[in-house]
Order: sequence, then structure tokens, then C-alpha cells
Amino acid sequence: MMTLGVKALGDEIESRVDVGDRFAGLFATRPTQAAGSVGVFGSTPITLSAHVATPGGIDTLEASLPPGAESYPALTPRLGAAFWYEREIHDTFGVVPEGHPRLAPLVRPGSPETPGDRALPRHVTGYGMFTIPHGPVRSGVLESIEYLVETPGEAIPHLNMRVFYKHRGVQNRFAGMIAADAVLLAERTEGIASVAHALAFSHAIEQIADCEPPATGQLIRVLYAELERIANHLDVAVRLADAAGLAVATARLALHKERVMRLVSRLCGSRFGRGVVVPGGVSAAPLLPPAQLRTELDRLAKPIADDAAALMATSSFLDRLRGTGPLTPARARQHGALGPVGKAAGFADDARLARPYDAYRALAMPPAKPHVAGDALARLRVRWEEADQSFRLLRQVADDLSERAPDLCSVTCEPSSGRAVGWAEAPQGEVLYDVSIEAGRITRCHPRSASFHNLVLMHEVFTGDILTDFPFIEASFGLSVAGVAL
Amino acid sequence: MSIWVLRGLRDGVVTTRWPARPDDYADAWRGPARPLAVAALTPNPADRESLMSIEALCPTGAIAAERGGNVRVDQGRCILCGHCVAARPDLFAWSQGATGPGAAALTRNQLIVPELPETDEAVEAARARLRERTAALRRSVHIRHVDAGSDGSEEWEIQALLGPVYDIHRLGVFVTASPRHADVLLVTGAGARGMTVPLRTTYDAMPDPKIVIATGTDAVSGGLLSESDMTTGGIATTVPVDIWLAGSPPSPFGIINALLVAVGKLSRDPNPARLTTGPRGGRRSR
Repeated sequence: MMTLGVKALGDEIESRVDVGDRFAGLFATRPTQAAGSVGVFGSTPITLSAHVATPGGIDTLEASLPPGAESYPALTPRLGAAFWYEREIHDTFGVVPEGHPRLAPLVRPGSPETPGDRALPRHVTGYGMFTIPHGPVRSGVLESIEYLVETPGEAIPHLNMRVFYKHRGVQNRFAGMIAADAVLLAERTEGIASVAHALAFSHAIEQIADCEPPATGQLIRVLYAELERIANHLDVAVRLADAAGLAVATARLALHKERVMRLVSRLCGSRFGRGVVVPGGVSAAPLLPPAQLRTELDRLAKPIADDAAALMATSSFLDRLRGTGPLTPARARQHGALGPVGKAAGFADDARLARPYDAYRALAMPPAKPHVAGDALARLRVRWEEADQSFRLLRQVADDLSERAPDLCSVTCEPSSGRAVGWAEAPQGEVLYDVSIEAGRITRCHPRSASFHNLVLMHEVFTGDILTDFPFIEASFGLSVAGVAL
Repeated sequence: MSIWVLRGLRDGVVTTRWPARPDDYADAWRGPARPLAVAALTPNPADRESLMSIEALCPTGAIAAERGGNVRVDQGRCILCGHCVAARPDLFAWSQGATGPGAAALTRNQLIVPELPETDEAVEAARARLRERTAALRRSVHIRHVDAGSDGSEEWEIQALLGPVYDIHRLGVFVTASPRHADVLLVTGAGARGMTVPLRTTYDAMPDPKIVIATGTDAVSGGLLSESDMTTGGIATTVPVDIWLAGSPPSPFGIINALLVAVGKLSRDPNPARLTTGPRGGRRSR
């Protein structure tokens, strides 16, 4: 960890990003105050913590504001990726980043009586321009978010998002919990990436407690993490096929997703792999023997690959995705776009390769093929390649497990005091957990999902796209609102 | 395009026949924890410390150990973490199956097992009230879903109902976009305060008769996100709940069960009533 002045913090991040590191997050804390409670405006000094991803790990840079300071020079003008992070800081602590372009509420709603300003914002003016409010209760079974689409009728010159509706106060809830309970909350921070969140949290705890899961436990972690990835990527494919009106493809892909989730539930009892990952390893060995697991995997892999190939040969489908919602490689690099969104635009920083954890250190995993198109089609291609790679990893895991004598799944992991950053590669991209513990209880836990980091990029990908492209672009990002508003 | 026609035939019928026919996966579903029938505290029921250590097993406070030796689990708080089952297999077990213990309940107290003495009458009264309102809905039910602060997993399980395996259209249940066309409100999530007004507005926009299903432990009690300045600890303070469904998240079969209980097609029973109507034949789902 590195402690700096507020001005030097910006300089340091900027120079790090210039040499190829990635800005991974920024948040504030009020260290001296009872953890978790929302601060009285300006009562105690605020500390800014920034995370920078380097090839070997995640560096934390810190800067303390002078006591009583109610503002600091914003990082956003020089570091665009900090845009939402500084809005979140403003929401939570009331401290003003001077020079920030837009400090509207992001993650915390206004008072219960007036949740947000109902007046529709207008950023683009001109003849025939109007705003379509879409949400927070949207058509279909979707998470609550409000999109404000400014349009003259077809094109979308500007999109605004209000994510605060489903803010649940997860971060505050962590305070005071013991690690064994908190990992359950981590699973529920972003429910469709339960395993990845539990992993990132557990990695932080294991660093603090200085323990390492046994090899079998590490393999089992990879097993669930990769099945989760396949289910998520299939979910994105279902939504894309549905948006294109391909009824049979939608049904086929939904069937595959259901089969993957059923396999997970046969392995551990939960369809989302919950309750498996615990600090120190995994709670239990899979309920299916490795040989049977191997058979089940083979039974799943072939039909998925077949239907994926058929989908990627359906021209009416590809026409809707090609060139839709493009993110330029330059922008992806500048923002440090995570997961498939970044990979599709030539910016691949996969935590499993760059900062390997658990059994990924031992498993063979060739780097992904480079993509540069950055459009919805490239994002789907990345997902199919990742799913393919996941099956290859899973076969290695099943083989390794069958060669291994029954062994301990976990070691005792009792953290006393300390702070650490844990990470894991969720299907959406890298998840970070910055955890502080004192006397065995969590004083502060800041989860940063890939959804939070990536969703802001939706602002920028509507160049030339029209209203009917909206569902494709949203689905192709494959994010979860739960992970954004926390 | 034509490739999809043939692909659609590949796996035959994959749709479950449940509840008209039994389904292995529905029966094997691991539901919320329950105390074992013989759950009596052997060491010393009056020992406060041992009682408290049993209650402390649960991260959401679902376990109540009484001085008399009775152990109750409030399944409406159970997040299926399994801590109690792992630590005290002599006292706790998983409930099994999408119906029966751990299925949708008509009153909040019905989720407490073993049930409280006054539960029976309250359930009968709730059933009678529900029957009055839903007599007209039995053959065609339209659902509107609202996310009031879920973790995202409940939405996946509801979406699964529209897929080929569960296919709720076969039961005459449809998802509708407009609350004006909806009979049933499926609410997920712990009750984020930012969603209080949108949820209430949606409820008010629905025509009578209307039914609210609290879908999942979060919606029932808040789960791990108990009441705070950011959540209402369940959705019951915002809209009147008719059906309570535990689970974190509940299984798709559990949600189907809740929908059928809501419209009076099924009752909460350990031996699920079989539907007498509906198409016959077809294969069991895999």
C-alpha cells in the first residue's frame, strides 16, 4: 500500500496507467468512524483508496483528505474511468470532487418520498427531441434500472442511467460480520456471479489469515467458477436470441442453461453454487464422483457447441449484432473495460491469466484469441470462446480430481486483523473485494463488481444505433444491476 | 433459418409434466432447513448457553430454541446456507421437494416449522379469503414481476419458467408487461427503499382482484439484508402479501407451486395434489 497526497494520487494513477497498468477502482472511507455507518458531513477525515491492477497483483494507493475537508480536486477530468466512482463517493459521504462533470445521485436514492428527481433530464436539445423513460419497472422479468433514452425518434444521441433504485446497502451490512457469514452476503452481492464474489471475498480473507486452501479445494473452486461462467454466457446468448425473435434458438439455449444449472445443483444442492466457497477452501466435495462429472460435462459440451455454431451461422441473427454497440479499442483500454466487454475490444486483462489464483495457477489455459471489433457480435464471440475454454478447464479439473485421493477440502481460516484485496474473474469480468478486519469481525468491505465498472460504458456505445438495437446492446454487456447499486 | 426447425426436434419434449405428474428434480429439490421431528435438546434444555449457541448457528436469526426444548426454524428467514445442518445434523435437516415443508405459504407464520399453535385457523381464513378473490383466475393468470432489490438470481429462476423445461404457459400462466393486465404480482428482493414507490405504483395500477407473491427469502424477510436505512426488510411493509415463498433463490418449481397455490389450483400439502386438468402424455423432463 502506498500513501500519498490527494494531488499526488491523481498523478500517480495517471503515470501508472500510462505505463500499462489498469485503473481498477476508487472509493472513500472514513477510517476513525464506527465502520459502516454513514458519516455526518465532514466530521472526520476521509481517505481515498484507489486500486491499480498490475501484471502480478492489485496495488492500493491511498490519500487522506485534510481533516474537515468537504471537497478535493476530482480525478474524473484526467481519468475518465473514475466518473462513476467519484459519484458514488459523493453519494455516500457528501464530499465534493471539485471539477467533476456531473454529480447526480448514482447508487443511493433520494428520500423514500421522492426517489430521484422525476423530471426527465434533457442533455440533447433540438427539434423533435424527447426522452423515453424506461424503468425502473421494465417490461419482462428484469432487474430494476431506469434508462432515460433521449431520441429524436430512431437514433439514440444520448442515454442516461439511474441505477440507484435497487440499492440495498450491502456494503454497510458487511460491517460487524464474521468471515463465515460475510461470505454468504458476498454470494448475494451479485447473485448470478455468486461463486466469483465468494471467491474474491475469500481470497482477501485468506491473505489476511495467511492460509492457503488445499489443492483439492482449489480445483473444486475452479469447477464451480467455470460452470457459473458457462451458465452466464448462455444466459446472454438466450437474451440475444430472444431479442432477435429466434424462438427455437432461445428455447435451445435456455435448455442448455437449465442443464448447466441442474448439474451445479446435483454437485452441491444449490443451482447457483451457493454455500460452496468458504474462506480456507470449499465446504464440501462435489456430490458426483469425478468420472460421472466428466460424463456429464461431455454430454453438455457437444450440444452447446453445436447450437452455438448454428446460431453464429444464422445470418438474420448476425445482422442484428454486427456493428451494434461498438466500443473502440482505444476507449476500452482507456477505461480498463473488464471481461468480455473489454476482450471484444482488444483489451484482455483476465485475472485468471494475469493474476492467477487457486488452481488456475496449475491448469493449462491458453490466452484468448484477440478481437478488436468491439461490437455486440464480438462480445458474443468472446463468450462462446470463453465457454469453450471453460469446458476444457472443467475436463482438466474432473481428470485431476479423479487422480487425486480423497483429501481435505478446506483448511481452518480464522483471520484476526488486517486488510487485503481479493480478486476473481467473474463471467462479467474481474471482481474486487477490499476487506478490513479487526479482531475477527469485518470493519469494512468494499465489493467492486465488473458490472459497476463496465455499465458506465453503455453511455458511449450508441453511436449510430437505433431504439431497436437497445435490447441487443444491453444483453451483450451481460451485466447485473445488483452488482452495480449494491 | 431452416436448421432451427430440425434443431427444435432434437431433444423431443423436454418440458416437465409437474405437478400433473411427478418430477424427480422437483422432488429432489433442497428447500430451507427444518428442525427434525425429534429435535429435543438433550444436554440441558434449560441451559441458556446451549440454547443461545444453537440460535447463533443461523446468520439470519431464523432459529428459535425455546426453554422447553422446542426448536423452531422460521423458513422465511432461512437463506439455505446450511450452517445449522452441518453443525447439528441431530437437530436440523434440509426440507425436501418443491412442495410440502418449505413450499409457498398462505400466512407469514406458516413458514415457521414446527408450526405455531394458532397457524391452522389463520391459514384456513387466508385460504378462504384468497379463494373468494381468485375463483375467476384459475384458467388464465397473468403475472407482473417487480424487482424490489433482489440479488439477480430470483430473476433467473422466474425467467426459467418461460423456458422449454418449465414452460408455465402450459398451466395457463403468462407474464405480462403492463400491470393493468396483471392478476399476480411477483415481487423479488429485500425491499430496497428506492423501489418502494415504483412497487406501490405498480400494485396500485393492477386491477382487482390481485395477488401478491413475496418471491424468495429476501422478499419475505430481507434475508441477510434485514431492515436498514436502505431496505425495508422484506416487501410486506409496502404491499400486502398473499403468498410467502422462501428460498434463496426459490427453485422454479417452488415458484410454480406458489403461483398454483395463489390461484387455488394447489394447496400446501406434503403429498401434492395432482392436477386433474391439462394435456396428457409426454415425457418426463430430464
